[in-house]
Amino acid sequence: MSDFIALWPESASAYSGRIDLLMWVFTALVVALSAPVFILIAYYAWKYRAGRKADRSDRVNRNTLIEISWALIPFILIVALFVWSTRMFFTVHQPPPDAMEINVVAKQWMWKFEHAGGQREIDELHVPVGEPVRLSMASQDVIHSLYIPALRLKQDVVPGRYTSLWFEADKPGIYALACAEFCGADHSEMTGRFIVMEKPAFAAWLEQSGTDVSLAAEGEKLFRSNGCSGCHGPAATVKAPDLEGLYGSPVPLADGSMVTADDQYIRDSILLPQSEIAAGYPPIMPTFKNVLSEDEVMKLVAYIKSLATTEDTP
Amino acid sequence: MTENPPSYLDAGHTIRSWLLTTDHKRIAVLYLISVTFFFLVGGAAAGLVRADLLTPEGDLLTNEGYNRAFTLHGVIMVWFFLIPSIPNVFGNFLIPLMIGARDLAFPRLNLLSWYIYMLGGLFTLIVLLVGGVDTGWTFYTPLSSMFSNGHVVLVAAAVFIVGFSSILTGLNFIVTIHKLRAPGMGWGRMPLFVWSHYATSIILVLATPVLSITLVLIAAERLFGLGIFDPSLGGDPLLFQHLFWFYSHPAVYIMVLPALGVISELVAAAARKPVFGYSFVAGSSIAIAIIGFFVWGHHMFVSGQSMYASAVFSFLSLAVAVPSGIKVYNWTATLYKGNILLDPPFLFAMSFIGLFVVGGLTGLALAMLSIDVHVHDTYFVVAHFHYIMVGGTISAYFGALHFWWPKMFGRMYPLTWGRITAATIFFGFNLTFFPQFILGFLGMPRRYHVYAPEFQTLHVLSSAGSTLLGFAYLLPFVYLGYSLVASKRASANPWGATGLEWTVPSPPPKHNFVEIPTVTGRPYDYPVDKEDSR
Repeated sequence: MSDFIALWPESASAYSGRIDLLMWVFTALVVALSAPVFILIAYYAWKYRAGRKADRSDRVNRNTLIEISWALIPFILIVALFVWSTRMFFTVHQPPPDAMEINVVAKQWMWKFEHAGGQREIDELHVPVGEPVRLSMASQDVIHSLYIPALRLKQDVVPGRYTSLWFEADKPGIYALACAEFCGADHSEMTGRFIVMEKPAFAAWLEQSGTDVSLAAEGEKLFRSNGCSGCHGPAATVKAPDLEGLYGSPVPLADGSMVTADDQYIRDSILLPQSEIAAGYPPIMPTFKNVLSEDEVMKLVAYIKSLATTEDTP
Repeated sequence: MTENPPSYLDAGHTIRSWLLTTDHKRIAVLYLISVTFFFLVGGAAAGLVRADLLTPEGDLLTNEGYNRAFTLHGVIMVWFFLIPSIPNVFGNFLIPLMIGARDLAFPRLNLLSWYIYMLGGLFTLIVLLVGGVDTGWTFYTPLSSMFSNGHVVLVAAAVFIVGFSSILTGLNFIVTIHKLRAPGMGWGRMPLFVWSHYATSIILVLATPVLSITLVLIAAERLFGLGIFDPSLGGDPLLFQHLFWFYSHPAVYIMVLPALGVISELVAAAARKPVFGYSFVAGSSIAIAIIGFFVWGHHMFVSGQSMYASAVFSFLSLAVAVPSGIKVYNWTATLYKGNILLDPPFLFAMSFIGLFVVGGLTGLALAMLSIDVHVHDTYFVVAHFHYIMVGGTISAYFGALHFWWPKMFGRMYPLTWGRITAATIFFGFNLTFFPQFILGFLGMPRRYHVYAPEFQTLHVLSSAGSTLLGFAYLLPFVYLGYSLVASKRASANPWGATGLEWTVPSPPPKHNFVEIPTVTGRPYDYPVDKEDSR
């Protein structure tokens, strides 16, 4: 790649290579559809310029067959690319079940990353090579957008909801990471480094920046200190839903509908407890909106998630 | 031969005769002066942005200063230049002339829309003087509703007000086109310029109220904390984006449809041939207006909206390319066996086609989901919409200015200067915006005040291009201004074009037609075997 002006971005995954191929084919199509226009306009402007002798007899002012064909043929070609592109889009929205989870909290103007083992980093994201990673993202204030050009991936981080992104990086290195949605004064400084490491190096990094407490364990601590265990714990006297095995299971609601207890549902139940009431329980839970930050809620979600997996997995 | 009545310019010389006029031609001139003023203000903001980006550190402006500069650039250029430019200047001037009417259907309403436009403009200038706003022209919540410290409510008020001007103009055009066509001018005999303004007016009338409501909601949210867009109160930040783009995507067609109408006129007149496939070109304007209402979700592919919704929006966005493509191919076919005048209007039209094709095809890249994910909110998008909205619309605006200038003011201008301007704008534009496609694809996000040093070379190229472009945009002030005082008078039809506007003197008399003409033939009825030049 030229040092003077780079023309093609670095690529750090198989997926980004496939995007590049699509981009090449698309560019070829664009040239095929537009080059005739540019060439013919220049040629006609020269050949039929005023005062020049040229054959101007038998002019045609309409030809429906030609017009329909130059509407339909490009359209069919474009639809083929649409199918290709849409299938790839769907794959990046369906993470494999075994993906490694990393939590992301965006705030004006920094990125906070938290690994399952409790390791935290700011404006830097370390991931192992060749392993699917799923980012679960929340925003503490405005809309941000996590953008990793080397992966050709980007996803808005929206306050009030979890969004996610998954990838499998396959080339160790240090790449750019940026915020792509305008988020206020220091938007352009909300950048960082995306670091892809060989597996042993990554394990060593986890070890070295490790804490003793995993995210789920921190969540358990919050669960007690914020009084959640008073109602939801095994010895509680108040009638509140049991959280063992809750994650991932269907929950009947008081209004008769069903939801799946995913990250979003658990988050909303903590922050907006009156919005979705579980059937058979009185709506008495207070909101923790002004008590917990987004990363604390994520730890609670991690804890509740761990309650599901202890039973199901051997 | 009887003496012609005095022209609309000579019908009165007092300030009052201009400020209280109900003559559509005088109102068009008022708009010409005011949109030119806002073009210069918006252009100055763009100049600041480009100068700041010469270095990666952005040391000319502070971060806040930079954010305010690009926000004002966007707000002013979109609502005070691009949207009103062609419809309010050339639509106002030409629609009655082209359909053989003495004025628009509601002349006083027409004057009122200019005053409303000026009131909105005044609010914008106040915002500028008190320190500006830093949300970007899109006002995304919750940044604008809860976190921004700029004058969001004031600028929302400005845009709200100017929206009424758009709605009134749209209504006026629709009624005029329905009711005031001269005897014999059926829908199939209407100039394509009028067709495209008809399509534009439909969007103006249907979409602008949605923008007005959205702006009221933003102001209410900011002042009273209603919680419509605030998730902690159960609101939804993405609701704003749906409402905003429901207007603002069609708004792109408000900017470009009139331009497409201009180009059809310019190409036919330059080739001295009827437009190839008149009915397809006319119909494609209506198709663009209709489909344009159903594609707004393509601005939200990475927002977290449902991926199935995204797939539908992607497909519909690709479908808009078909009517746009029809126009471009038909213009090319129009040139075939033409008798082409290489005059400034033609050069601007060619420039438009080139830039519009590049802008349109890169729009397809953005409509494709997985490509959009990578280039969304990067300089690729900035380049794309500048190709359409600035390269396209402003080329057409300048083309219209150079084509109808003799009609509007009764003076010819030096054609060579017009040709030089057209060529310089084309070159300067491409130097400014082509590098931005590469910047975006390399991964540089938009709205960045500081950036990674490896992007500097491309930014320097872009800023150099913008200097050339700015210079080229100023050139017409010199020779068109000069033509008003010193050039030779223009004949009624200096280009040898067809159309009712060329049958009246240049400049036209106050009431356009002494007798309302009767239309007997199809539009663009150029003689087939005439091979002489002017």
